[in-house]
Amino acid sequence: MDFTFTEDQLAFKEAISRFLMTEAPPEMLREIWETEAGRSPELHRSIAAQGLTALSVPEEQGGLGMDDIAWSLLTQELGYYAIPDSMVDTAYVATGLLSALPATVAARNDVLSQVAEGNMRIAVAHSINPLVADVHLADTIIVEHQGEVHFLSREQLEYDSNSSIDSSRRLSKISFTPSASTQVVDAQAGAAIWNETLNRGALSVAGQSLGLAQRMLDLSVDYAVQRKQFGKPIGSFQAVKHKLADVVSGIEFAKPALYRAAYALAQGDARADLYVSHAKLACCEAALVAARHGIQVHGAMGYTWEADLQMFMKRAWALNASWGTREFHRQRIAKDIFADGAAVGPRYTFGE
Amino acid sequence: MQLKFTEKQKAFRQEVQEWLAHNVPKQPLKSYDTREGFEEHRLWEAKLYESRLSMVMWPEHLGGRGCDLIEWLIFEEEYYSAGAPMRVNHNGQLLLGPTLMEFGTEEQKKHFLPRIASSEDMWAQGWSEPDAGSDMAAIRSRATPDGDEFVINGQKTWSTRAIYADWLFGLFRTDPESKRHHGLSYMMVPLNAPGVTVRPIKALNGKEAFAEVFFDDVRIPAFNCIGEVGQGWAVAMATAGFERGLLLRSPARFQSTVKRLVDLYRKYAAEHGENGRLRDAVIDCWMGAEAYAHSAYHTVGLTSKGAKIGAESSINKIIWSELDLKMHEAAMEMLGAYAELQPGSPDVVEDGNWLEGFLFAQAGPIYAGTNEIQRNIIAERMLELPRG
Repeated sequence: MDFTFTEDQLAFKEAISRFLMTEAPPEMLREIWETEAGRSPELHRSIAAQGLTALSVPEEQGGLGMDDIAWSLLTQELGYYAIPDSMVDTAYVATGLLSALPATVAARNDVLSQVAEGNMRIAVAHSINPLVADVHLADTIIVEHQGEVHFLSREQLEYDSNSSIDSSRRLSKISFTPSASTQVVDAQAGAAIWNETLNRGALSVAGQSLGLAQRMLDLSVDYAVQRKQFGKPIGSFQAVKHKLADVVSGIEFAKPALYRAAYALAQGDARADLYVSHAKLACCEAALVAARHGIQVHGAMGYTWEADLQMFMKRAWALNASWGTREFHRQRIAKDIFADGAAVGPRYTFGE
Repeated sequence: MQLKFTEKQKAFRQEVQEWLAHNVPKQPLKSYDTREGFEEHRLWEAKLYESRLSMVMWPEHLGGRGCDLIEWLIFEEEYYSAGAPMRVNHNGQLLLGPTLMEFGTEEQKKHFLPRIASSEDMWAQGWSEPDAGSDMAAIRSRATPDGDEFVINGQKTWSTRAIYADWLFGLFRTDPESKRHHGLSYMMVPLNAPGVTVRPIKALNGKEAFAEVFFDDVRIPAFNCIGEVGQGWAVAMATAGFERGLLLRSPARFQSTVKRLVDLYRKYAAEHGENGRLRDAVIDCWMGAEAYAHSAYHTVGLTSKGAKIGAESSINKIIWSELDLKMHEAAMEMLGAYAELQPGSPDVVEDGNWLEGFLFAQAGPIYAGTNEIQRNIIAERMLELPRG
């Protein structure tokens, strides 16, 4: 029993954090938000050059074969720096799906190698998300159609483009004509793959939300120390302290839920759905509370375009309903814990 | 990360499970807030001690088993799963015991620790005073040095179970000129000493759950001071950390309440149909208790690698005390018109356990340092926000 990370895992997280701190400062985010596509080609290149897209690709296809447990740390960093979606969708969610495909799928290894090299952006279209992120710049779109897995190029589908409150996100409704040539896995084999993908998507949102919560907390603490009223920093007032203390509690108690869920997913635990839904709800809630208290602590500044808080707040709001609404995840928990003979109680913390 | 128990841990769980299955009284003990119930609980503690299960984390020579924190968590999981009696000597076992181990002399340890493990001595706390609550440094009760004795005068209050306990530990001012947290000393006072008066205070549930304690020229030997004279504040702060941290309220306690709450909701839904709001309340409680358990295992893992628990224990205290309230509020709502019925009433549900728990939960955000104080600690020590 060891519910901690290895020194290697923590050192890697630290290295990614340092890399993103210089490559993706808030000014870079603002530039991204101003562009037509919501992306920065330079950031995309530096991320690929750093090898971040290769992290979960199996070693045989030129990657590092990193698992969900390591990603539960990395997604927090991606959230902390509000790295636009396609990075995590391609390098984590889509790569997990591709790796799970049977070796008989001809395109599998080729696509994985291209992801590892940083030459391919992938959008994942699961019916849990009525709007698909990043179709407009994806090279390949992996689509769920009644449980089947389809590979499509942008040209093979029709899509519109909606802009989001998070200016780095473009969201599309898609339609296409399924055919034998687009299908790579049938519905029977696809069911497990899609459920795992949904869990991985939800977990990636959970990790990012937690990182966003931490970023909003840090910004709010900085502001509360620097902003003075009544002759002292507003952070010396209990009303402000207690709000920020609640943000800390939310983050600290969402973290272990995230790690538990990542472990369950990596192990193929039968209760992975339960743990992932808990993590998703707890982490998104932590981010929403960090946003609510963050804007209050920032006062009128929090309501401006100028304060950096807005970018992280909007990402948190946008991600909340992504990869399953709260109700969806609550229903999954209810289905488990209210079932006859459910493993609920002190003895079942780790599924004894 | 590796979330599987070792064979040794599984064997320990099995042993505890079997022992409890054979030994937990079939009839629940009487409330420990009555003299009779208190003594029943003392006997239960003695029984645990005989099997070296009262303080599993203590070393063998003190009657424990030298368990690590993972094994302690396992013990607690089994203890609460078995519905075993509430522990009644937490003050001695979880607060004073570790303090003695860290700050006590060899003679003090030898004398007091085994008697704590066996609950031969039951302990009450003496922190709060009428004018020193959250502001504990405002303590005025005095322990005046006199030869190789101290003479104690003053008043302590909110002392849980003091009317039945044998001893009290707490802070007293040994330097009359001192201010705030200086000049305080950590003392152990026998409650049967001449000059001690214990006056019960009726708690919300009508029981004499806590007391005021008056000291009128009470003489205690210098042997009863823990740590250096005048250094009591530092000693007490260590104890406060133990209390807020994991030990006082193990995750299993809340997981076991959630289990009952889940069952209650199933009954409720069968009778009245699904209710989304109550379903969500129960789910929130389940998540809270699980998160506390996961957080405990995570923290234990970190401490085994050398990390120290500091202000983080304040987060635990807020989480469990507010979770306890939420769980009981949800239960009261599901019980509807039956929620207010007292134990023993003809139509009462689950013998009024939810009501008892609901009343006790009201105290959670207040005792062991109010949640406002805990939030200050988090803000000032973890976030380094300026003191007000």
